[in-house]
Amino acid sequence: MRDTVTPLAAAIHLEHVSKVFGKAGTDSAYRAVDGLDLDVRPGQMLALLGKTGCGKSTIFNMIAGLTEPSSGTVRVSGRDPFREFDSFRGKMAIVFQSDRLLPWRTAIQNVELGLEMLEVPAAERREKAQLWLTKLGLGGHENDYPHALSGGMRQRVSIARAFATNANILLCDEPFSALDESTAGRLRAEFVRLVKENGKTAVFITHSISEALEIGDRIVVLKRPAKIAYDVSFDADTGREERELIRSRIGGVLAE
Amino acid sequence: MSDAAPQTVTSPRENRLFAAAKRLGTSVLPFVVVILVWQFASLFFPRFLFPSLIDVFWRCIDIFSSGAMFADVLATILRILAGLAGAFVIGGGLALLMVRSRAVDNFMSPILTLFQGIPALSWVVFAIIWFHGVEFRIFFIMVMTTLPAFTFQVLGALRAMSKDLMEMVFSFRPTRAKLFRVMIAPAILPDILTAWKVNLGNASRVVVVAELVGATGGVGYQLLQQQQLFDMAGALAWTLQLVFFVLIVQGALTLIENTAFRYRAVSERAI
Repeated sequence: MRDTVTPLAAAIHLEHVSKVFGKAGTDSAYRAVDGLDLDVRPGQMLALLGKTGCGKSTIFNMIAGLTEPSSGTVRVSGRDPFREFDSFRGKMAIVFQSDRLLPWRTAIQNVELGLEMLEVPAAERREKAQLWLTKLGLGGHENDYPHALSGGMRQRVSIARAFATNANILLCDEPFSALDESTAGRLRAEFVRLVKENGKTAVFITHSISEALEIGDRIVVLKRPAKIAYDVSFDADTGREERELIRSRIGGVLAE
Repeated sequence: MSDAAPQTVTSPRENRLFAAAKRLGTSVLPFVVVILVWQFASLFFPRFLFPSLIDVFWRCIDIFSSGAMFADVLATILRILAGLAGAFVIGGGLALLMVRSRAVDNFMSPILTLFQGIPALSWVVFAIIWFHGVEFRIFFIMVMTTLPAFTFQVLGALRAMSKDLMEMVFSFRPTRAKLFRVMIAPAILPDILTAWKVNLGNASRVVVVAELVGATGGVGYQLLQQQQLFDMAGALAWTLQLVFFVLIVQGALTLIENTAFRYRAVSERAI
C-alpha cells in the first residue's frame, strides 16, 4: 500500500532526513527524526499521523524551511526550502495549530499579510482578502480585530490568509485541534473542499485517526524518532469496510 | 395604581456627561488641593518662602509673552528632545545588535549597567571636563543618562516578541524591511512609548542639572538666576514651564497609545 513517486516528480521530497537537537554525541542530544524518506505527489493530501513527540512538527518545520535538517535532503518543488528560503515566497502557505493572527491587524488586514509580501497592489489585495473571508463565511467581520472573534472564526481567518496567496503547497499543523468537535468538523470539510477545488498539495499533521481519514488521500503513520511505520493511500472510491480496516491497522501501529 | 416612588430617569448622554465630569473632577482634585494648601501657606509665610500663586501665574505669563525668556524654554525643550532622540536611536541600534549577537550582548550589557550606576551629576562634571561646546555637553549628558534605559527597554521588547507570530510572518518569507514594518515595529511599539514616557520625566530632571552647571541659557540657567535672587515665584514659574512641557508630551504619547492600541481587548474587570 506504500505510495511511491520519483523524486523529480515529487512536490515534496525527503531523503535520509535526520534532525538532532542539542550537541550531537552528547547526553543532551535528541534525535527527533531519523533517516526519513518521504515523497509527496503534486495534488496529494498527505496526513502525517503520530503520537505527541514523534517528530511530526520537526518534519513540518523542515518542509516549511523554518528548521534545517542535521543530515539528508529536503526538497520542495525541487528546491531546498531552508537555503533557498526566499524563493518560496508565495509558493508555500502554512496553517498553524493556533491561529497566530497579528492582534494589531483587523481580520482583513491579517488575510492581506501574505499578499503584502508578494507586493500585490493594495486594491487587488483587499479584493482577494475580501473574497476569501466571504468564502469562509466571515463577510461582515472584515474590520474586527482578532480579540473580537471566536476561536473558530480566528482559525477561519488564518485559513483564508493561507489560501489568499494561492500557494501551491499548503502545510497544516493540527489546525483544528484547539476547536470544539462541531466547529472543527465544519472547518475540516470546508478545508478539504477548498484544497481539492484549488488543486493544492497539502501536508496535514494530526494525531487523530478520524481526522487523518477524513482529510487525507494518503496517511503516513510515524513512530518515534520520526520513521514511517505505516503508509497507505486511498481515494473517494475506497469503501467503508476498507477504511475501517485502515483505521484498525493504524490503531494497531500506534499501539505498538 | 402603583405606590412606588417616581424614579428620576437619566438619558445615556447625561450619564456619559456625568461620568466625564466625575473623571475630570477626580483627576483635577489633587492639583486643586495642592494649590489651595500653597495659597493658604502664602498668607502666613514670607514671600520668598511661599509666594502667592497669583504672582507665580503672572510670572508664567511674562515668560510666555517675552520672546527672550520663552526662547530659554524652547532651548531646554529642544535639548530634551534632541537628547532623547539621540539616546533612542543609539539605544535602539544597540538593542538590535544585542538581540542578534550574544557576543555583543555579553559585551554591552555590563557597560550599560555600569553607565546606569553613574549619577547624572557625574556625567555633568565629565562633560564639562571633556568638552567645550555647551550644546554638545548637554547632548552628551542627556544621551548618557537615558541611553541604558532606552537600550534595555527596547532589548526587552525585542526579546518578548512572540516566537509564534514571528514564525508565522517568516512563513510568508518577508524582506527585512517588511518584517520590521508588519511585525517588529507594531510588536515593540507599546514598550517604546512606555520607554519614552519614563525617559521623558528623567530627561526633564537631568537637563535642568546640566543647564544649571554648564549652560548660559535655558530653564536650568534661569533657575540658577532665581536662586541667586531668592525669587521663589520666579523659580516656581520656570519650573512650571518644564512641568507643562512634560504634561503636554505625556498627553501626546497617551493620545498615540489610545489610537495605536485600539486593537487591544479591554476587560470589564479591572486589576
